[in-house]
Amino acid sequence: MSRLTEAAPSEATLPETAPLGATLPEASTLELTPTLPAPAHASPAPAPALPHLQTLLDEQESPLIEWPRYSCALGAQQTVVAIRRAAPILHSGPGCSTKVQALIGQGEGYAGGSTIPCTNSGETEVIYGGESRLREVIDGSFKVIDADLYVVLTGCTTDIVGDDVGGVVGEYQLEGRPVVYVETGGFKSNNYVSHELVVNSIIDQYVEPNKTNGGVKPGLVNVFASVPYQDPFWNGNLEEYKRILEGIGLEVNILFGEDSGGVTEWLSIPEAQFNIVVGAWVGLEIARHLKELYGTPFVHFPYFPLGARDTTAFLRQVIDAVDFDEPGRARADAFIRGEERKFYAHIDTLMDFLLEFRYALPRRLYTLLDASYALGFTRFLLNEVGILPAQQFVLDNTPERYQEEIRKRFSEVSHLGLRSAEVAFLADAGLAHDLIRTDAGVGPSVCDAGVKSRVRDGGVEGVADAESRAGVEGAASAKSRGGIDVGGSGSGSDGSRTLIVGSSWERQLAADIGADLLIISVPVVYRLVLGAPVIGYRGAIRVIEDLYTQVLNTFR
Amino acid sequence: MSIVDVRTPEVPVREVRLNSITGFFGSAKELVGCSHARKVREQTRSFTQGMMCSSTAAFCQLSMIMDAAVINHAPVGCAGDFPQFHITYRIGQMERELPPLLGHYYNSNITESDTVFGAAEKLAQVIREAYHRARPKAIFVTTSCASGIIGDDIEGTVRDAEKELGIPVIACICEGFRSKIWTSGFDSAYHSVVRGLVKPPRVKTKKVNIINFWGSHIFEELLGRLGYEANYILPFSTVEQLKRVSEAAATIQICPTLGSYFGAALEQIYGVPEIKAPPAYGLAGTDRWLRELGEVLGVRDEVERLIAEEHARIEPELAKYRKKFEGKTAYLTAGAAHGHAIIALLRELGFYVKGAAIFHHDPLYDNEDPASDALAQNVRLYGDITNYSVCNKQAYEIVNLLTRHRPDILVARHGGMAHWGAKLGIPSFLVDDEQFGFGYQGILNYGDRIEDTLNNREYLANFAAKSVSPYTDWWLGQEAYCFLGGGTRVEAY
Repeated sequence: MSRLTEAAPSEATLPETAPLGATLPEASTLELTPTLPAPAHASPAPAPALPHLQTLLDEQESPLIEWPRYSCALGAQQTVVAIRRAAPILHSGPGCSTKVQALIGQGEGYAGGSTIPCTNSGETEVIYGGESRLREVIDGSFKVIDADLYVVLTGCTTDIVGDDVGGVVGEYQLEGRPVVYVETGGFKSNNYVSHELVVNSIIDQYVEPNKTNGGVKPGLVNVFASVPYQDPFWNGNLEEYKRILEGIGLEVNILFGEDSGGVTEWLSIPEAQFNIVVGAWVGLEIARHLKELYGTPFVHFPYFPLGARDTTAFLRQVIDAVDFDEPGRARADAFIRGEERKFYAHIDTLMDFLLEFRYALPRRLYTLLDASYALGFTRFLLNEVGILPAQQFVLDNTPERYQEEIRKRFSEVSHLGLRSAEVAFLADAGLAHDLIRTDAGVGPSVCDAGVKSRVRDGGVEGVADAESRAGVEGAASAKSRGGIDVGGSGSGSDGSRTLIVGSSWERQLAADIGADLLIISVPVVYRLVLGAPVIGYRGAIRVIEDLYTQVLNTFR
Repeated sequence: MSIVDVRTPEVPVREVRLNSITGFFGSAKELVGCSHARKVREQTRSFTQGMMCSSTAAFCQLSMIMDAAVINHAPVGCAGDFPQFHITYRIGQMERELPPLLGHYYNSNITESDTVFGAAEKLAQVIREAYHRARPKAIFVTTSCASGIIGDDIEGTVRDAEKELGIPVIACICEGFRSKIWTSGFDSAYHSVVRGLVKPPRVKTKKVNIINFWGSHIFEELLGRLGYEANYILPFSTVEQLKRVSEAAATIQICPTLGSYFGAALEQIYGVPEIKAPPAYGLAGTDRWLRELGEVLGVRDEVERLIAEEHARIEPELAKYRKKFEGKTAYLTAGAAHGHAIIALLRELGFYVKGAAIFHHDPLYDNEDPASDALAQNVRLYGDITNYSVCNKQAYEIVNLLTRHRPDILVARHGGMAHWGAKLGIPSFLVDDEQFGFGYQGILNYGDRIEDTLNNREYLANFAAKSVSPYTDWWLGQEAYCFLGGGTRVEAY
């Protein structure tokens, strides 16, 4: 492996013996300014592919995950929490549920968080098996938790030990209890994959035996467009999908979140005229399963649509599948025209700002997102906002069979065919950080990084302005700090600033390279997400507002 | 005394080492009596909700050693607690005026094939890679249920890595399934520090170890006046600092549930005296703690002057609060030792403590000294608590109890609890900083916080009227402990 950290320019100058936390003399701090010339990125042309990236990807698969941004298979407990009045029951060790909640949870939901029943399997269950414990907890759950559907999920301990969970849950199913089981031992996959597994299991074990069976209902669609909670904006996004699909005249089973009809809606899944999958790859297994089971055809839109261009394209693809009559089609067209008119009225205002604002704005983009968001953001920011793609990182552990297709879509991001975007598929975001740091001529984040940051920040500052140092201020003074000329000094430069669309893990990275950071991915630490969408017509306007509010907030 | 054995890679869990329990309902006095007679019996629940696990507790202590890296040898989901401690670390840096540091945390991403073929070789690679990325002064490897059950040779792997890299690489054995008492993970973290880092003392210093989470720095003033210096551990310490904790003049516990093992280990192995009195919460509790501190540090007279001054300063203020809170009732849910501290504070301020749901109970700590029993001191000073339960974050029991008892205020120490108070319209607050209530000033701090909380009711009343609950009416009509074993309370459905 070509080790990035060894190639980084400033490492050699780190004082080996400086005790961390000790105040360093000024002299030693001065050496820490990167000595190699920073690559010029002021040009708005797309950045060249990073030279060592390919070597790295070809030669070595990282053995570890740094800056994790998805959970294990058991993370799909949040898929259950997102179904109205459904309750997960965990047959797992203690702590599993709280760790999932800590990474992707948002509040408790209806029966999530501290409510989730769990066997807290210990030594006894590992040695003697945990089936009787599971029975106790399922019995208790029916009595204590008022839910319409219970989903038993297993953890690592149960799956390694090999409890017959299907047998135990089967007994309750025979009694007609609304309970489903899924093997989600953490090591088996991640919560993108197990989301599909959980949905399919609910379909097989709950929907199929209890379906309302009214035959195919024209105009009814099931939407699989978000992994709840793993997509922090799932609730708002699903509301926006429902709004726009209803806008073109469909009836929508949105299935998750506050705008859904809970289990009643799930029971009508077999009646849909067709299924809609939105996203690069997650959800396809569900649609395929439903096709096999009920013969329901599906429409696949392969990224998250942000802004009028892509949202209209999404709706057009759906409209083509519906077979509307003439008035139906006219109504759909009218809806789209209305949405576009409103959207471009706002973009008109945006143009006024973008073209006349006299100081540097982001023009260059890194995404560190899952495949669906990475494509969606790269396309939207390029085609509607004018931010050009540099390197994109897809960090959702995309199965290999989907990568070629996604890579191709990145090569076609420009609607004028002017450019393609480089993409790297990684699970270990640490590699992405290292690549971006190297690209920007900033040293790696070794344990002594604090010493370096101290230099860039001009010494220890008071608590009061520490907040502004940690990220927001990053862009404004980056020119003098990181060795990369991003032109973001707020002093009338015509250079471009760099934008990272990623997670809260990128906060210090953004500060170190003088980039702006828009947090869209888990973990979401530095913003509060309640019900706002980021996709569709309305969500994209919200994204623009969030982005430039943050940028403007860096000026003095 | 429980024997601290640094030769073995793992420390026995609290169930085994201290006979600690997670299930009890009765009076505090009864529990203390049974504890000191070594007659405490665990009671289990047939219905349970998710708890925390040891690996999170271990990570919480190891993740903020400023020049160490932590490898979580586990499937990726076990790294779900990385962000919460990273933000704690980062905000703590702001409070301490430190430069912005990143936590160096790595997950070994144990997958299905690793569970078949073993993941020890992969761990060796991860350690190497982590070393190259972070250049840490030490690396800790925390284990998981998966790595534990598949039986990876962690100890052998870290020993080889240590030789190869020339820095301490230390196993922290903290699989979640081994213990129902997540504070066992604190012991695991301290055991790995004592085993892998701490060196025999070269000199005796004027430093006093303070085993704490990431609380505020309140000890500089006190110890400075007594001629000593505060040494906060483990969060925000350095590897070098930890190597030298054996040279301290004494060890202070901010919460013996946290530091029981570390305090005892340092005393047993290196003769660093541990202050045995329960931490200084409440007036009499603070007097007692200070007197012992004065004794150990050899500054008795100065301590007496301090006690007199502080009493004179705070008593008039305290009287005002007591008058305000007269006749008010409180409920609390918290970890063991700090829960006892909150009970003392609430009673000092004039509240009637209707009940407490405490996450576990250690009959005695590792020092095996009944003098350290904060609950016993509580009962002695303020009387019994009739409705005392040991309940490891079982929200369903808490909701039942709150619905039944309707206290004027709920105090919680952990996440996922205060929320339920709010749903019922009960003014609630979560206390994160143990130091907030410490000492004489801590009583006033609490009084102030409680006064604010009680006063701020409009939004709570509004929310409570609209909030939904997932708990069945059947459940809210049952006795809160009907799932707790022992056969004395019969379940009816």
